[in-house]
Formats: sequence, C-alpha cells, structure tokens
Amino acid sequence: MIEVKELHVTFGKGTPLENHALRGINLQIPEGQFVTVIGSNGAGKSTFLNSLAGEVMADTGSIAIDDQDVTRWPTNKRSGLVARVFQDPLAGTCESLSIEENMALALKRGQRRGLSRSMKKEYKELFQERLSRLGLGLEKRLGDRMGLLSGGQRQAVSLLMATLQPMKILLLDEHTAALDPKTAAFVLELTRDIIAEQQLTALMVTHSMRQALDVGDRTLMLHEGNIAFDVQGDEREGLDVPDLLALFSRNKGEELSDDSLLLG
Amino acid sequence: MSAIAFFGAIESGLLFGLVAFGVFIAFRVLDFPDLTVDGSFPLGAAVAATLIVSGWNPWVATAMAMVAGCMAGALTAWLNVRLQIMNLLASILTMIALYSINLRIMGKPNVALLGDETVLTPWEELDIAFYLISPILLTLVVLVVYFLLVRFMTSETGLAMRATGVNAKMARANGVHTGRLTIMGVALANGLVGLAGALFAQTQGTADVTMGVGTIVVGLAAVIGGEAIMSTRTIARWLFACLIGAILYRLAIAVALNTDALGLQAQDLNLITAVLVTLAIVMPRMKQLKRSGGAA
Repeated sequence: MIEVKELHVTFGKGTPLENHALRGINLQIPEGQFVTVIGSNGAGKSTFLNSLAGEVMADTGSIAIDDQDVTRWPTNKRSGLVARVFQDPLAGTCESLSIEENMALALKRGQRRGLSRSMKKEYKELFQERLSRLGLGLEKRLGDRMGLLSGGQRQAVSLLMATLQPMKILLLDEHTAALDPKTAAFVLELTRDIIAEQQLTALMVTHSMRQALDVGDRTLMLHEGNIAFDVQGDEREGLDVPDLLALFSRNKGEELSDDSLLLG
Repeated sequence: MSAIAFFGAIESGLLFGLVAFGVFIAFRVLDFPDLTVDGSFPLGAAVAATLIVSGWNPWVATAMAMVAGCMAGALTAWLNVRLQIMNLLASILTMIALYSINLRIMGKPNVALLGDETVLTPWEELDIAFYLISPILLTLVVLVVYFLLVRFMTSETGLAMRATGVNAKMARANGVHTGRLTIMGVALANGLVGLAGALFAQTQGTADVTMGVGTIVVGLAAVIGGEAIMSTRTIARWLFACLIGAILYRLAIAVALNTDALGLQAQDLNLITAVLVTLAIVMPRMKQLKRSGGAA
C-alpha cells in the first residue's frame, strides 16, 4: 500500500525560475494495483515518480509505503521498497559494465553489500534463466558490455533487473517512449507479463492515452501538478480516448490542447 | 642502457604502478578527476620518512603513510560529496593544503634517510645485487596490491563503486550509497599513492616536499598508455594494463634520456610527459570521431 498525502514539490524556490511542480497530490495505491499515469509536458509526471523514488525531496506532505513514512528517505535507502525503469535506456544500466555485472548489481538492490564476490555460479544461472525468456539470445552474452545492446534490449534487461528482487512498487517512467513501435510493443508486453506473474504494484507513466487505457487497472491524469482525474474499475471499463478528453474538460473546465499527449 | 639504468626504470615503473592504480580508481572507476595525488605522494613520503627517522618500524611507518594518504583522499571526496565543491577544485584545495601539512610533518623541506632502517634494510644483507633489491621488493608489494584490488573490485562493494562512477543515478536506484562509496574510493586511491610515496622515499633515501609535482600526470600517462596498448575487457586486465603502462612509460623515458642522438635531457621530462599524455588522450578520440562520421 502506497499512501501519498498533500505532496508539494517546488524547484528553484525563491528564484525567478520558481516552479511549483507538484501541488498537493493525494493518492492511495493498494497492493497489486497497476496504475497508468498520463499528462502533458510539465504536468509533473516525472517529478511525481522521482519523489516516489527519492530522487526529489518533498517540500511538504508525506509518502508512506506499507505504513512506513519514507518522506525523508534518500533514494538508496528506499531502494529495497522501490524499483525503477527509466525512460532513457542509457539511464537504467551501466553501459561500461557487462550484462551480468549490471544484473549482479540489481540483484543486491536494497540489500547490504559486503566483500563477498559479486559473481557466483548460481547468480549466472539465475541471470541466464531470466534472460532466456526474452528470446533475444542475451543469455549467451552475459559477459558482453551493456553498451553493445540496442535500446530495446537494454530496456528489456532493465525490466528484468528491476524485478530480480521483491519491491513494494515498480516505477516505469515512459520506459517504451524511446523505442521504435515494434520494440516498444515487445517491452510493453513483457512489462504486462512480469507485473501479472509477480503480482506487482506498479506505476507506469506514458505519453499515450490509448496505452494508458489498454494497460493496467487504473488511470490517473496529472495536470499542473495535480490529479485531473482518476478512473478505475467499472468507470474505467470501456472508456475511450475521447471519453478521457471529455473527463478532463469536465473536471478542469478547460479544453486539453497539447500536442505532446498522444491521443491515439 | 646499463643494467643499473634499466632496473632503475623498472623500479620507478613499479612505484608509479601503485600511483597508476590510485589514478585508475579515481579517474576511471569513480570518474573523479583527482589532483590530490600530487599532495598525497609527498605526504606518504613525509609521514614514512619522519616516522622512520624517529625510530619507528619501517613497515609500520609505511602503513601509517598509507593511512595518511587515505585521510587526504577522504577529505577531497568529503569536500565534494558533503560540501558540494566541484571535484577538481576540491582536490586542488586538498593538494594545496597538503603542501603546508607536509612541511609541518617534516619540520623542514626534506628528510634524509641515511643509515636509517627502511623496508629494504633486511634485504641488503642477502646476496643480491644492490640494484635488484628494490625491484624485487616492489614487485612483491605491487603484486599483493594488484590481487587485493582485483578481488575488491569484483566484490559486491567494488561493483557498487564501479556503478557509482558509471551511472550514479542508476546505482542509487539499486540501493548504492554513492556518496559513501565515492569517499571510500578516493580515500583508497590516495592511500595507494601514499604507499607509493612512502616506498619512493625509502628507495631514494629521501623525502622532499616538492617531489609530488606532476605525479598525477605520470599516473595518468600510465593509465592512458596502458589502455592504449592492452585489453581493458575485465577489471583484472584493465588494472594490469595500468601497471604495464607505468613500467613501459618509465622505460620509454629512460630510453629517451639515454639515447644521445635525441639530445634530450632530464629537464625535458615534464615536456615529454605532457606531449605523450596529450597524444594518448587525443588518439583514441580521433578514431571514435572518424567512426561516428564526425559527430561528437
């Protein structure tokens, strides 16, 4: 259970560039729910994700994970509870380290790291087993540098890395946006499968309204640092993109005019 | 080149191999441009020489020199991580401070180790040519350090340290305390340089406050040169490349200075080094530029 209360984040406070990015977000995500988040540029999607991960600290408000207040915890301290896949395929992996080293690093997410060897035979077997489900032949390339992989391959591996250890919430930050349509579909399919198999609680930011409705159990729209609408269950069932637009103008009393949001 | 000149080059190559390990950890593993090295090298020498002159066991004195180096490195990284001073500037601040500290430690600009017991003394009683003693001892020390470093870099903590340098955001997301590991790594790097300084003082029989000038450039020359000629596929090979780079660099300098036809003299050393390092940095990038069709 993730509980966000009155979350405010302001960048550059007291400067001419002051940006009140999050303006009192309230949200509860029950365990096992898969939430998709949409919103135009500057709506606060990334800031919201970053504040859940701990990269951005809240000005006021609180974030609790399973009744534990983590509002002041830095990223590394939250890592046992929060796993992440970044938008940029370069951001989620270490390109100069090998595939197995990247996975070994992720295998210890949220755990104490000592001086024992980072690579063991049973780890390699685990990595090979996980990689083989991708059907990309990566299980035979454990020693290859991550930088040799394509963006799609890296995102797929990032997803496997994020789910090597249990977590309370999986954050997906437009993780298919930088990929070509075919690869994006592959990574999205993999995401759905893994979330369903492991019954993960997940929050996925996307640019596509269509995708937001097709995937997951609940859809949120952020607008100017707040939640414009929040639909789930029967209400969400059968909704189409025009319905979302109507929902938005009803709740906000304005038309949505932003090309950055994909309507399809 | 005479045998004495040759083994002299090997000896200083091994010493600078330790410096190269330190530079490698800071520059390559952590991506932390650290000039503290120019101060921690004479710091190691000053601490070891001063302690030895006041009657300490030379190995204990050497260990203390290493600890002093670690403290200098930790200070630099702390200035960067906690006070958020730019890494390069933080290291320059420590380096400048160390000049005064080194003078304070020695109480004078230099300390001679004539007739004092050093780590070499027990070996001098053995039936070995005098110019072989330091290379043999240093080879042993360097190999021990090398194996310990490889073991550390492939450990869970070592892997986390390498990730910190490559992609700190990703490392944090995986639970790595990047600030702590940066401090630990830069401390380790300067500890190794302090060790090199301590051994340098004992093999040369003197510690001098000015002996650190250019240490960082020689260390970089070793790392970059080693990378240019050897495989860096695994951390073990990469570290080994740094060591070989240091030895070859000192040999190349010895050959250059011993070849009369070139007309080079000892005072040209820093110029040669600067030119070599510039070339070594630019050459691989030229290849890259060509491959990517000129796009940076």
